[in-house]
Amino acid sequence: MSPDLVRFAYLVAASLFVFGLKGLSHPRTAVRGNRLSALGMFIAIVVTLIDQQIVRFEFIVAGIVLGGAIGAIWALKVPMTAMPQFVGLCNGFGGGASVLVAGAAYVEAVLRSADTISMQFGIATVASGLIGGVTFWGSLIAFGKLQGIVSEKAVRFTGDHVLKGLFLLAALAAGVLVILQPENTLYFWIMVAIASVLGILLVVPIGGADMPVVIALLNSYSGMAAAATGFVLSNNVLIISGSLVGASGFILTSIMCKAMNRSLANVMFAGVGGDSGGDDAGPADDLYEGKVKSTTAEEVAMVLDSARRVVFVPGYGMAVAQAQHAVRDLANQLEADGIEVEFAIHPVAGRMPGHMNVLLAEADVPYDRLKEMDEANTGFEQTDVTIVIGANDVVNPLARDAADTPLTGMPILNVDKSRTVVVIKRSLSPGFAGIPNPLFAADNCLMLFADGKDAVQELTAAVNEI
Amino acid sequence: MGETIAILTIFVLAVFVGFEVITKVPPILHTPLMSGSNAISGITIIGAILSAGTQYSTLTTVLGTAAVVFATINVVGGYLVTNRMLDMFKRKE
Repeated sequence: MSPDLVRFAYLVAASLFVFGLKGLSHPRTAVRGNRLSALGMFIAIVVTLIDQQIVRFEFIVAGIVLGGAIGAIWALKVPMTAMPQFVGLCNGFGGGASVLVAGAAYVEAVLRSADTISMQFGIATVASGLIGGVTFWGSLIAFGKLQGIVSEKAVRFTGDHVLKGLFLLAALAAGVLVILQPENTLYFWIMVAIASVLGILLVVPIGGADMPVVIALLNSYSGMAAAATGFVLSNNVLIISGSLVGASGFILTSIMCKAMNRSLANVMFAGVGGDSGGDDAGPADDLYEGKVKSTTAEEVAMVLDSARRVVFVPGYGMAVAQAQHAVRDLANQLEADGIEVEFAIHPVAGRMPGHMNVLLAEADVPYDRLKEMDEANTGFEQTDVTIVIGANDVVNPLARDAADTPLTGMPILNVDKSRTVVVIKRSLSPGFAGIPNPLFAADNCLMLFADGKDAVQELTAAVNEI
Repeated sequence: MGETIAILTIFVLAVFVGFEVITKVPPILHTPLMSGSNAISGITIIGAILSAGTQYSTLTTVLGTAAVVFATINVVGGYLVTNRMLDMFKRKE
């Protein structure tokens, strides 16, 4: 196959990737889009395999068989609640693959003739090694946090910013040495090692509820690493694909930051909620004392009986309790009773962008019932009952009404505007931001203290009996 | 230098295309967007295949083969899991 034909095939592949992403603009066209994108990948791989430079296939075949088996088994088995971990680890593999490919190309170029290494090649190799190293190790830590292997808390120590700064400078210095003295490959591996430590240091201090930002950011990095590797190989399809992914991750990162009213720098370097879940009861006691109304499933069922419109607000707690199917059953029961049911989804609910939507889709909730924040907020005043399950900070009115709290300015779901709010929660413990929630003490709020799944199942049974 | 400018042009234009296309993805599909874009970033597999197959040196073969494994996990896992998720969204039409 002539080189031009190969390049043309790569162009077709890149176009199919763009069409694939375009398909994701609506759930109806998304499956087709994903298949087009996969077709593009298939074409790119096949034309690469028939390249004349390849002299032996056994290592390629072994790698594809091994990777394909791991990928396929993992993708078919992974539960939807573990999707943040899955995506987190995939980001890391993408970054890792980029470093390895750039490293192999660099080693080969040095072996051929170090004098012919161009500036573009050198800079791109350094960029790929740096970004890829940070992405790989940062993603492993993010995976560990989501999986519960590494502490989900924001682990901080004095001078951690200085340490990160020093590692960044050291990595950049090593990068400059790679560009100036490309014949010494040791500098490259030292740089990758420093970038790896930097990746760990960057993600370890970030707490669980900030994970959507980190996952989106690492997604963007994995794309940028692929694009950098494209510059190393002077390969357009890598550059185009990497740019698409980089842009995608960047957009998601900025959406997540906006949804928390925080800058990226604030999330990365000054995170809140160092002791989430701690019972800092002082001011909370005054707020809640004598005002919190505890309720029972039967009582809530009575309230629901006279409702015409009910909105569910899910949060990470729903994922932890695996309550999405129970919630779906309750929603179906209410709909059967002629009640209008919707789901209001905050952009940062859960541990990654779109987390709640996937869980509810898994439980067969039709996507037209899933409302994003702005649309949902227009409906709460006409809502009879809002059921908050496993969400806290994203419905905290302090974010809207108070100055000087860690949440101030964060856009929230205005659930307190609905006639009755039922909050299903184990206790009055604060959310990730570590501040009490006046919603729980509001006149129109009922607290149903229980495990999310049990509570919803009891509620469904109680509604059934009426 | 001419070639660098040419591929830099492609890079910049691709970023613009990315922004245009991705901003139209609705929030309910943000998770499939991430897993789908992970699969796309597995395109590094084509560089990996060449490194693993040209047998230039032992080190490049080892690096290339490891990269093939990582990239294939991304490609196969990414597309399959995205398909699984999107099927769930499609089911209830």
